[in-house]
Amino acid sequence: MKKPSVELKLPIIPNMELIATQTAEVIARHMNLNDEQSGEISMALIEACINAFEHSKSDSNVFIHFLIEEDSLIVKVIDQGIGFDKTKVEIPKIENKIGKEERKRGWGLQLIQELMDSVEFESNSDGTIVTMKKNINK
Amino acid sequence: MSGFIKSTKEENQIVIIETDGYLNNEGGEAISTICYEKMNEGKNKFLINMAGTKVVNSIGVSILIEIIEKLQEVDGKIGYYNLAPIVSKTFNIMGLTKYSTVFATEEEAVSGL
Repeated sequence: MKKPSVELKLPIIPNMELIATQTAEVIARHMNLNDEQSGEISMALIEACINAFEHSKSDSNVFIHFLIEEDSLIVKVIDQGIGFDKTKVEIPKIENKIGKEERKRGWGLQLIQELMDSVEFESNSDGTIVTMKKNINK
Repeated sequence: MSGFIKSTKEENQIVIIETDGYLNNEGGEAISTICYEKMNEGKNKFLINMAGTKVVNSIGVSILIEIIEKLQEVDGKIGYYNLAPIVSKTFNIMGLTKYSTVFATEEEAVSGL
């Protein structure tokens, strides 16, 4: 039997990431995830959406695919932006930001990786696919 | 007052800001505007009651880091209470808890800041 999935198409409009989190909450309830797991998925999704919005042109869309597996939820955030080189993204540390000229932002990838069980990035000049997986603790 | 700022009050020389809704860049800027105004008036202790804020993003939280930085210049402090678990976890991951304090309740926050 085909595994259930949910797909969203989000325009690049401020706060559209909240539509994705509302969908994630419904799916999390369907999968009987606990509040902690649901919150982690929503927070990671917000960060992935914000990154996708920032990399994309204003007239394009960001696509979110939720793939409901028996023992996990897989969330793909797909943009058609300019792409990025993950090896050039430094791991942020607050000690390097407080009292320094360094910009205070740049936490998205770190949060996504901390909050999800696995994360994969595929990126080139045609866009980026972030694949995030949350294992279900039963 | 922006819709994100539900109320502000002062207790024991501490400015207490109650938020309501999504802490994004606009929410962060609404908090920072009040903090910087009050710092200009000589206040240097701030508490944020986040009972009404169940969702944050890293841009909004980064503005709290800017406030922490400015407070260090005036020997000030900032703390938070009534945090949703995921908000608390986000603050931990981003390291805010190294430079500011999360309290459980307003009573604990006012006496502990």
